[in-house]
Formats: sequence, C-alpha cells, structure tokens
Amino acid sequence: MADKNEILTGLAEIVNEETGLETEEVQLEKSFTEDLDIDSISMMTIVVNAEEKFDVKIPDEEVKNLSTVGDAVDFIADAQG
Amino acid sequence: MTRRLVITGLGATTPIGGDVPTLWQNALVGTPGASTLENDWVERFSLPVSFAATVEVEPADVLARPETKRMDRSTQFGMVASREAWKDAGLDEADVDPDRLAVAYGTGVGGVWTLLDSWDTLKEKGPRRVMPMTVPMLMPNGSAGALSMEFGARAAARTAVSACASGTEALDIAIRQLTAGEADVVIAGGAEAAIHPVCLAAFSSMQALSRRNDDPAAASRPYDVDRDGFVMGEGAGTLIVETEEHAAARGAKIYAVLAGSGVTSDAHHITAPDPEASGAARALRRALDSADASVDEVTHINAHATSTPVGDRPEYAALRSTFGDHVDDLAVSATKSQTGHLLGAAGAVESVLTVLALHERRAPVTINLDNQDPDMPLDVVTGEPRALPPGDQVALCNSFGFGGHNAVVAFRNA
Repeated sequence: MADKNEILTGLAEIVNEETGLETEEVQLEKSFTEDLDIDSISMMTIVVNAEEKFDVKIPDEEVKNLSTVGDAVDFIADAQG
Repeated sequence: MTRRLVITGLGATTPIGGDVPTLWQNALVGTPGASTLENDWVERFSLPVSFAATVEVEPADVLARPETKRMDRSTQFGMVASREAWKDAGLDEADVDPDRLAVAYGTGVGGVWTLLDSWDTLKEKGPRRVMPMTVPMLMPNGSAGALSMEFGARAAARTAVSACASGTEALDIAIRQLTAGEADVVIAGGAEAAIHPVCLAAFSSMQALSRRNDDPAAASRPYDVDRDGFVMGEGAGTLIVETEEHAAARGAKIYAVLAGSGVTSDAHHITAPDPEASGAARALRRALDSADASVDEVTHINAHATSTPVGDRPEYAALRSTFGDHVDDLAVSATKSQTGHLLGAAGAVESVLTVLALHERRAPVTINLDNQDPDMPLDVVTGEPRALPPGDQVALCNSFGFGGHNAVVAFRNA
C-alpha cells in the first residue's frame, strides 16, 4: 500500500531508469507519449516494472488508457485497493 | 577496384584497453588481457575454465544508464568503439549525407546474454517479466541497427555473421558497399560479448579453450608448443571506411588504404579447419588480387593464430603456400596472445591494430611464445615491436571462423 505521492515517486524512478528523464519531469499531468516521448516498448517495460514494484496487475488492454502519468498513478492506487 | 578506399577513424574497447590509444600502447609493450573470473557462476557450475579476457573498461562506466538497459552488452561495446571511431574521424564535426552513410557490423552470436537472461527470467518469474526489448537486444543485427540510429546512417545497415571471421567480413561488406556506390562512408567493425557460462561450457566441451586456470596470463600462446586452446575475449573494434574523394573533400586524416579483401568457405567441416588450408589460401590470394598486390609487397600479417593446438597450423600452411619463401620475411603478430579471442570482434580489433602497424610502422608483439612450434617456423614478433620498412607496402589481417569461413583484408600504407 502506498499513497499517490509515493506511487508518483516510485513511477518517476522507473521512468528515469528506463529513459534517463529526470524524475522531476515525471509529473501527474504529463502525457507519456506527447510530453515524455516514451515509445510503446518503453511503456511496456515501465508497466512491467511498475507491476513488480507496486505488486499490482496492469492488463495489456488497460495500458492504452494510461495516457498521462496521473492515469497510471490512479490506476495503481485503485489496483492496490 | 575503381575507387580508392581509406581508413579515417579507429575505435576499440578491448581487454587491453578501453580506447585505441591505450590498446595500441599495451599491444606494443605486450599485455596479457586474461585473468581469473570473479563471477559467482564459475564456482556454482564448476566450470572447467575459470578465466577469460574481459574488457578493461566496463561499458556501464562510459554509457548513460538507459543505454545500458536498451542495448545488449555486445551492442554496448560496439557503441563505445564506434563513438570513438566517429569522433576520431572528425565526423562529429563533418556534414555527412545520411543517405550516403552505411553500417557494416559483425558479431558471432549477437545478444547471447540478453537471450539467456530472459530465459532465466521466464523460468524464475514468468512470461510477464520478459522485457519487451528482449528481441531487439538479442538479434544479431541489433548492433548494426543501433549504430545506424546513433549516427543517422540510412544507406544500409548490414550484418556479418560468420563466427570468428565476422569482424573481418564486415570490412569486406564495407568495400562492397563503397565500390558499388551505395555509400561514401561506412562504419565497419564487430562486437562480441559471449563470456557467459553457457559459452564457456560449450567451448570447453569441444576442447577449444585453454585450461591453464592457474596462470591465465600465460594461457593464450599462439605458435608455442605448449598452447592448449584459445582464451575467450570480449569487446569491439570499429573502423571508419571512406572513399578517398569523400575523405579528401573534408580534409580528413588518413591512417591507411583499405586495399582489398578475400572471403571464401572451406566446405570441409563445420568446426575443423581444412588441413590443406586451401580455403584460407584462396582467401589470401583473393585479398592480394583485389588489392592488386604482389606477395613481395606484404611486410606484416596480423595472424588469426588463436592458440589452439589444431588451428594455428593450417594458417601457417596457407601462408606458406601463398607466399612461398617470402613467408620468412613477414613480420607476424599474433595479438590474440594479449587480447584473447574476441570471436566476432576479433577481426575488427585486429584490423585496427594492422592499420596502426602500417601507420606507425611498428608491428605489435606476440607474448607467451617461449618455445616456438618447429612445425610453424614463422618470424613471429616477440619482445620488442618490429619496425616496418619505409616505403609502400601491404599488411594483411586474417580471420577464420567455425562454419568454414575464411576472411582476409589487405591494407596499404596511405
């Protein structure tokens, strides 16, 4: 269990590890594709790493709905229940 | 050959130097690249061979962290070597037409670490944890693709996969790309990162590796009576090959002329070299003919000479049959005695050394030659680097690979 700030911090670390983007750039309103320039392969790597880090399942068909960092944080928070 | 081709840039990361200046200085002195492996898997699997020649500078110390996660270790080596060559050639400050820039890169096995790490992940954690970058990282053309993206090479990115001849065959491909008019500049070379327990076990099973576990530094000893196998190495070498017009137009420095190449196949045995060495001899002949060179013009050879009991001899036979008595006048360097065997990168790194030998007029040394095998009476350079004569001359680099692949490239001094 983690609050949304902790999820954002953890997600930013995963994004940084995968893309080299500074963690401060990973903000809730940022679009993965438009703002952070993350391609589909990187996105899947981030999803798989997030599943492990936050102990949740993010189904493949759900990934396309996660357009912003905030969408991903919300999904992970809900999935953790 | 209608267009003269020149070498304008060099790059390397090897067990005896993480860049070309360090590699060259160490190669002149004679530096053993092999040492005992510290990895826990050596003991865990009771590997019969506990040493190898690992790179002197880890790519993770040079590359950005996300790069190391998106490129197999072999591609990381290729990237490090190619960035050095690119800068050395002055191409970072040149205006190269992307449509006239090509890649020709070799590897023996490609991303073997990526493949086997993914297999471990699948078994331990399930399919979800097998990363989406697995395929582009493990494919043998991964390096050629990554390098084409890095430098914006759009003419073509080709891959040579011919085991231990790959790095040399990449230069043959570069010659073809340039002489066919497909490109003006080619980023050519080879990379290998195969020091994995599976590879050590497999090469051990075929009795190809030295088992001198108590003295790794003395294990790679081409032409010595006590040679007992090759030493696994890793790394990459890159040469920038360019048409003379293109190099001259941008005022590039020229190390040497890439004068010709010969690639043949034995059709004899999947691993054993043809004892008659006719395939190797035909490759030597083709390289000389395509370079328009006579045997008397050749002064130096960087030999394939892996230090296996059965492999060194056929190469000698091929040299003897090609050069006749002139073979006694050749300054022969067996630099695998220092670097170990870089497999698909060997011919690339050894071509870098051959180019420098011509450019600096000094042939690098062979180490560990205590008792030369009387069946191979070559003039092997030992102790001190050998001065090469003044004037025009030709130097060759030989590579032979499992599958019966023979590749030879010929360089002339600029």
